[in-house]
Amino acid sequence: MKSTGKVTGIVSNLVTVEFSGPVSENELCYVTSGDTRLMAEVIKVTGKTASIQVFESTRGLKNGNDVEFEGRMLEATLGPGLLSSCYDGLQNDLTTMTGVFLKKGEYTSPLDHTRLWDFTPIAKPGDKVIAADWLGEVQEGWLPHKIMVPFSFKGEYTVKSVAQAGQYNIDQTIAVLTDENGEDVNVTMTQKWPVKVAIKGYKEKPRPARIMETGVRVIDTLDPIAEGGTGFIPGPFGCGKTVLQHAIAKQGDAQVIVMAACGERANEVVEIFTEFPELIDPHTGRHLMERTTIICNTSNMPVAAREASVYTAMTICEYYRAMGMKVLLLADSTSRWAQALREMSNRMEELPGADAFPVDLSAIISSFYARAGMVVLNNGQTGSVTFIGTVSPAGGNLKEPVTESTKKAARCFYALEQSRADKKRYPAVNPIDSYSKYLEYPEIQEYLSENVAPGWVDMVEKAKNIIRRGKEANEQINILGDDGVPMSYHELFWKSELIDFIILQQDAFDPVDSLTPMERQKYMLKLVLSICDLEFAFEDFEKCRDGFKELINVMKQMNYSEFKSDNFWKYRTELDLLIRRLTPKPLK
Amino acid sequence: MNNKAFQKIYTQLDSITKATVSLRAKGVSNDELATVDGRLAQVVKTKGDTVTLQIFGGTEAIPTNAEVVFLGGAPTLKVSDELAGRFFNAYGDPIDGGPEIEGEEREIGGPSVNPYKRKQPSQLIPTGIAGIDLNNTIVSGQKIPFFADPDQPYNNVMAQVALRADVDKIILGGMGLSNDDYLYFRHEFERAGALDKIISFVNTTEQPPVERLLIPDMALTAAEYFAVDKNEKVLVLLTDMTLYADALSIVSNRMDQIPSKDSMPGSLYSDLAKIYEKAVQLPDGGSITIIAVTTLNDGDITHAIPDNTGYITEGQLYLRADPDSGKVIIDPFRSLSRLKQLVIGKQTREDHNQVMNTGVRLYADAQNAKTKLENGFDLSDYDLRCLDFAKEYATRLLAIDVNISIDEMLDTAWELFAKYFTKAETGIKQSLIDKYWKN
Repeated sequence: MKSTGKVTGIVSNLVTVEFSGPVSENELCYVTSGDTRLMAEVIKVTGKTASIQVFESTRGLKNGNDVEFEGRMLEATLGPGLLSSCYDGLQNDLTTMTGVFLKKGEYTSPLDHTRLWDFTPIAKPGDKVIAADWLGEVQEGWLPHKIMVPFSFKGEYTVKSVAQAGQYNIDQTIAVLTDENGEDVNVTMTQKWPVKVAIKGYKEKPRPARIMETGVRVIDTLDPIAEGGTGFIPGPFGCGKTVLQHAIAKQGDAQVIVMAACGERANEVVEIFTEFPELIDPHTGRHLMERTTIICNTSNMPVAAREASVYTAMTICEYYRAMGMKVLLLADSTSRWAQALREMSNRMEELPGADAFPVDLSAIISSFYARAGMVVLNNGQTGSVTFIGTVSPAGGNLKEPVTESTKKAARCFYALEQSRADKKRYPAVNPIDSYSKYLEYPEIQEYLSENVAPGWVDMVEKAKNIIRRGKEANEQINILGDDGVPMSYHELFWKSELIDFIILQQDAFDPVDSLTPMERQKYMLKLVLSICDLEFAFEDFEKCRDGFKELINVMKQMNYSEFKSDNFWKYRTELDLLIRRLTPKPLK
Repeated sequence: MNNKAFQKIYTQLDSITKATVSLRAKGVSNDELATVDGRLAQVVKTKGDTVTLQIFGGTEAIPTNAEVVFLGGAPTLKVSDELAGRFFNAYGDPIDGGPEIEGEEREIGGPSVNPYKRKQPSQLIPTGIAGIDLNNTIVSGQKIPFFADPDQPYNNVMAQVALRADVDKIILGGMGLSNDDYLYFRHEFERAGALDKIISFVNTTEQPPVERLLIPDMALTAAEYFAVDKNEKVLVLLTDMTLYADALSIVSNRMDQIPSKDSMPGSLYSDLAKIYEKAVQLPDGGSITIIAVTTLNDGDITHAIPDNTGYITEGQLYLRADPDSGKVIIDPFRSLSRLKQLVIGKQTREDHNQVMNTGVRLYADAQNAKTKLENGFDLSDYDLRCLDFAKEYATRLLAIDVNISIDEMLDTAWELFAKYFTKAETGIKQSLIDKYWKN
């Protein structure tokens, strides 16, 4: 027997309901208005009145409208077919909706119930299994999609039977399990899970110990993100947040990518729909769309569903992680989600925290970031969810509640800077303010030494140091004038410019330059550092500037050339000649 | 708005503020329209039997026994081809002395386009202004505002851009327009002989500010009719969105909402996004492009209105007076068109991208040189060349009074590069230098 109620008040999408029967926090309900049923979520209960946030426009809703409570929270539907899908924040399949405009109260199924999947069993009758253990697998694109014991199953089960290899749809029973009381339960290929609850079902969550390559030099070389790590990109508008995120989505070394477009521009999502099916994953040679799921709740879609969209996205990530996959979640932008929280808190007339955001903002953000991570599954294999979020700080000022709360939660910080963007130095990541805490992890340092180059972290530190000192030198030059400082200041400044132009700056629209594999990053960093080690003997600061501009020019041509191609070596030879011309001693 | 038969009339207001009234009423739906003492109002809140109405015309002289009639639905606009060439007020009533519009009645502020059904914008909209076409190319289906101080000629630039653009319909949404500006637009449209493709919804400074809240939705409902039903290319001009946001803050203030940054309502982002996101490229060829104006307070783009706008729109065109060239220019640093990459080098010449970036970078070097000069340092030869370049670049390319083709813009830029710099100093890809460098 479902609890029911009636609408007693409406302010925008906050609706108050007088109900009878039990109602729980975050419970899902439907408001009936005419012949449409609008989905909503309980966010507060006082006495016999529940405040609910409606996930749709409340235009036309009246006091007295019927409300039906569902007895469950907002859930994600999990199963094969999630990849290459495009969902709204509530996991409605946008591709199967009719009409050009979104219709109020139209909900579509997230998964195709008729499609047949090639099932191969993994478990055998008699096996003892617990939640998240693998029973079988189907081929989803090029990925082996594991069919697992539903996460909601408690305790140990015995496999009674598993379906034979063959074709099944997601609703057919593929295994029968017997619980500790001897009761049989049927398992299909699909299961549901409440999005606001983290999926467990793994043995442990160790510290991240590997790097996840993104092909973006300023990240991989300077401040790498760990597989299973967290990072965030704050930046004023126009600094290239979205371009950077898309670059990571295209090139990131992950098996599954989930992109949550949360309260951002619809055309950015359209760009993904249009380009991803054409683009090839550089790691597997398959179409990018095959490994990508898009959750989009664009800025003009109902505000309350923004919050749901990031949780839905995270739940899908955790689901694939439980299959032992490397998953990358990109959310753009978490500020819009925070703003949605603010709008609701405001309508509920709660006492506001800083900038009118709810006081528990920080806690909400950090518990969300905590859902990322590397895990060791019950069978000993590993899976990971790496999470990179963007933050859109009001007025570009990083001293605002969302940025500050996120800084406490995320381990990598990629600060996009207006002044770099103004100079078109993209990606406009400030190399001095940005950091990766993972570089301090001994296991990561060891990994980099083994897998990239011995002493790699020291090299990175050295490059950073040159950038820092170059910046100071530049400040001195600006204060004292070109002639007022020793030549070494100019040389130092231009060495930092060399690193800036050749390592930091990267053309996201150039087919070669946009993606730099680690091997190439290593080559270029070593080359740049070896030039920085040289002592040049320029007569004056103008010769110094001109000389470095020539160096930068040749090395930029290298960046634009296919790695180790004839062209590349041509410019490399040109570089050697140039260096010989500029220095008394040739390059080792 | 005529009253229908058997409507219940209420005559007892419980409270009156400058923008809202509250009364006890039953069976009222959210967002429903009503008239209060003959003035149009809309339901913004219900709590038990108490209904709060926002009165678009302001509450001056409204008595506690005012007649309140609920009209049974959200605000509507009658749409048909008859809209073309006409001028309307914020309620969609003609103000040009012409007849009422016959057509289908549609709710304004309707639902959003399914993002999956959108197409990627791909048609360049040339304007002849190099600050736009060369550096910040606009694409149909884009939304982009001018950021300008109140003393900049933004309305003139916008009118020019609109009249040069190759579109089927131009829809003007004027919010808090001065009467002079309203007449200016009308005159310009008439002079260009383009009246039959222009539709205007106008709220002037003489009219109550809260009325403005209806203007964008009215304009965009008309735009959707032509773009969706008729597959036309529609350009919507919205000026001035800052005054629209001010009206939002008045209403939220009267409803005792806790203000966020700069006393704006916490929902400002969503409120503005609902409008701007109506810009769309539709699958059947129709499109809505929005060019708006956001006036700034002394160039401050960190204020909540331009800040939120910048996060929503696909770039911004920043107007600035340039003392060196004596012209109003489109600032190449702060301006941006996010969709330009979709057409640059695809519908324009291959060298477009690099020429654009190089020009802006050299202009930035000139700004550094200027700072050095202001700090009393000697300038190097390169600095001096940069300064000369910057002046000519601003005059011949950045100024808003430029009207040339994109190829001419590119050629002008190459000419300036060769005049002031060496090939290496431009840092352009060798293959392009070989082809386009002007000796």
